[in-house]
Amino acid sequence: MSRIKGASKNPLKLVALAAMTFASAVGWAADGEAILNAQCSACHNLAGPAPATLDALWNRKGPDLFYAGNKYQAAWMEKWLQKPTRIRPAGMFYGNHIKPGAKGDEVDATTLVTHPALPATDAKAVTGALMQRKGRSDLVTAGAYVPGTISRSSGEMLFDKFKGCLACHEIEPGYGGLSGPEVYTAAKRLQENYLISYLRNPQAWDPKTFMPNKRLSDTDLQKFVHYLRLLGEEVKP
Amino acid sequence: MRPMRWSTFVTVGAFMLISTIPALAKERAEDNYRTYCVQCHGMQGNGKGINIRDMSVLPRDHTDAKEMSARSDDDIFKVIKEGGVAINKSVLMPAWADVMTDEEIRDLVQHLRKLCKCSYGK
Repeated sequence: MSRIKGASKNPLKLVALAAMTFASAVGWAADGEAILNAQCSACHNLAGPAPATLDALWNRKGPDLFYAGNKYQAAWMEKWLQKPTRIRPAGMFYGNHIKPGAKGDEVDATTLVTHPALPATDAKAVTGALMQRKGRSDLVTAGAYVPGTISRSSGEMLFDKFKGCLACHEIEPGYGGLSGPEVYTAAKRLQENYLISYLRNPQAWDPKTFMPNKRLSDTDLQKFVHYLRLLGEEVKP
Repeated sequence: MRPMRWSTFVTVGAFMLISTIPALAKERAEDNYRTYCVQCHGMQGNGKGINIRDMSVLPRDHTDAKEMSARSDDDIFKVIKEGGVAINKSVLMPAWADVMTDEEIRDLVQHLRKLCKCSYGK
């Protein structure tokens, strides 16, 4: 009561209060934080920390989002939330989505779930709220990635022959391994400085992840991101 | 301000003590196998995981007693910890030192011996 009394002394405050009441009453401006907590928290960890046991790793349904603002590109996120596509061919933890087949293990597509699509206003609001989540800023260095180029053949040689990453990741639809996320969209999805940090030490972000630390040199880290950017340019939007 | 109750004090103290204990507890060998190895070596350990479609070198069949008995426990430990290149094998086999302790890797070597029903030399 005393607050409203105070506001009545200041016409500007009163207008702001009325606008806020109106907005929440008619759902005029979507509240990203409220949507995150109501619709996303069942599958995504919004507060951290990352799984510290295999059991927690196996039960993780979607990527951890407590460092979303350090990880994802906002423009990509807003679009993806409106039209989600599968990024990990075998789901979040592949072990929950495989079955034995005639030629070896296969992805059991019946166990995979699709991500719900959000209306444009909600996608924008949720993206805004996600970008505020800056967990693990200690692991990211501004300017860590220095833009540069690499040829397709050198990049592929590094990615496949020298470092063996193709074993678990697809570099184009239908070519590569299935347990890890597709990498031909990685540069569109992820911030470059995050890529440098994650590739340098995946376990620093996610202690139990089944992505191995490949002990990449600083030079190779830069080349990897050049290559991922090149792959991203080749993918049709 | 109210003085802190003893029970609160003890609870907070216990919590602080727990949080100083290393976060990563020891995992069972079969669970580590399911998490890190199955993606390439397969659910049945036969070398036919979901990733093999486009591989230039196929993963070891852990149920093949002949192949597996040709490797010492030390060699298997080394290849898990340091990767294929450490024993002049494929780069496709990565090093897992960052997700398993030496003790867990030793347990995993014994798990592989169960899968192949073999030991070094026989």
